[in-house]
Amino acid sequence: MNPVVEYFGNIYRGLRTATIGMRITFKHLFTKAVTIQYPTVKMKLPERARNRLYVNMDDCIGCDQCSMACPVDCISIQTIKSAPEDNLGTTSTGQKKRLHVPVFDIDIAKCCYCGLCVYPCPTECIKMTDVYEFSEFDRHNLIYSFSTMTPAEIETAKAKAKKMEEEAAAKKAAAAAAAKAAADAKAAAQAPTAAPQPEGPQQKPE
Amino acid sequence: MEQFLTSLLGNALVVHVIMAVIPLLFILPYALVVIYLEMKIAAHMQDRVAYMRTGWHGTLQPIADMLKLLQKEDTIPAAADKPLFIMAPYIVFMGTYAAFAALPFSSAFIGSNINIGIFFIVAISSLVVVGLLMAGWSSNNKWSLFGALRSAAQIVSYEIPSAFAILGVVMLAGTMSLQELSAIQTGGIMHWMILGGTLPLMKKLIVIPLMLILFVVYYISSMAEVNRTPFDIPEAESELVQGYMTEYSGMKFAIFYLAEYANLFAVSAVATVLFFGGWASPFKSLMTGPWWSSFWFISKGMLFVCLNIWLRWTLPRLRVDQLMYMSWKVLTPFAFACVLALGLVLVW
Repeated sequence: MNPVVEYFGNIYRGLRTATIGMRITFKHLFTKAVTIQYPTVKMKLPERARNRLYVNMDDCIGCDQCSMACPVDCISIQTIKSAPEDNLGTTSTGQKKRLHVPVFDIDIAKCCYCGLCVYPCPTECIKMTDVYEFSEFDRHNLIYSFSTMTPAEIETAKAKAKKMEEEAAAKKAAAAAAAKAAADAKAAAQAPTAAPQPEGPQQKPE
Repeated sequence: MEQFLTSLLGNALVVHVIMAVIPLLFILPYALVVIYLEMKIAAHMQDRVAYMRTGWHGTLQPIADMLKLLQKEDTIPAAADKPLFIMAPYIVFMGTYAAFAALPFSSAFIGSNINIGIFFIVAISSLVVVGLLMAGWSSNNKWSLFGALRSAAQIVSYEIPSAFAILGVVMLAGTMSLQELSAIQTGGIMHWMILGGTLPLMKKLIVIPLMLILFVVYYISSMAEVNRTPFDIPEAESELVQGYMTEYSGMKFAIFYLAEYANLFAVSAVATVLFFGGWASPFKSLMTGPWWSSFWFISKGMLFVCLNIWLRWTLPRLRVDQLMYMSWKVLTPFAFACVLALGLVLVW
């Protein structure tokens, strides 16, 4: 190319492209900013976003399935059997609650937000919420306890369960003793006629 | 103003001190405003919003920044040349501030009404280069030294086209005093130098394109002289960290910044005085007088500062060879040709 043409062409293009650029930036001066003032204004989360876990203890039946599904073992559950006369109520799905749940802890620091605990829950009481601002200065504050039972309630429930267990054990022992006595008596009565009768096991108390 | 103050106070020394401090009283609030403006314009050009939390739309942020810089630890590298390192920012600011002495802020106020005003500004601005070289060299840091050397090369190269552009205007006006230059351009927009000053109409038509070219040449080289973005290779944060400022912190860093923004206004004000009438009102005799004239001067200056910010956030940085090409092969020949043509027109 002719060097003179190239020289002036360069200058012309330089000036022209600079004005084009300036026009673009000027236009953007008046377009709406995309910034969101975060802590005061928040973006809408996707419908199935997985964030902090929440457990609705009214619906929990203490089945432990969420804890078993958890790949990082961040859910720990303890249960106590309830007495037959205690009415723990029913879940919103109509299931009768049979177990006290004195401990339902989720260590959210360990949680990997996979959501695997949500699917097995038979009463849909453990779920992902849209809360994502829960940082803490102390790691132990990230262990969330969902159980609604007070220490006193736990004590009484435990005592009742123990008593029930003892009673059941005593009953079992008594029944076993009675059965043994009955069997002995029968054996003694039938001994003279026919000693080894094959009907023996049928008479055993269940 | 000087005469008024002398008659009021009677002591020449006190008057001189007051006259010397007045531009500083302008620079400090101006720097805060222009930092805010720059951040906001930059942000909105990129569809962001910049600071929003300190005060209404972040208006108090520059003050907070300034207070933070004042409190910061002022570190000096162990291997630095201490006296030079400490002196450098003040020399840079001095060079910049001295230029304000010859700027006509209003028809009634000029720091020093010397008859070689524009020559003084061109000469004293070169002191900035000395300061920058001192900063770069005394930091004992490769980035700083590279930045300083580039800065020196750049400022010295661009002084030539800018001096020629100034020469053209001085030829047309017949004076180097900025106060007189402004006074010539009073009486409406048609008397501004960019539109040929007070020449007869026929000559004006020939002179106007020449003045336009001279203005563009002056504006581009003034941008290079203040080391701002299309020409910020001395800082070039992606290559040189912060150039000659790399080792500076706290108050000294703040002084460098203040000098940069003050220099930005100084060159914009010179462009205003040379081509756009200085403190002269664009409407013949409307809105004249000392207060109005200072209003015109400052608002015209701010307009060019904003233009500079606009360009800064539009154009990418030039390469070193492109920078030299632009100065020596484009701006200088164009300025030469224009001055020559202008001389012929004036003699004819």
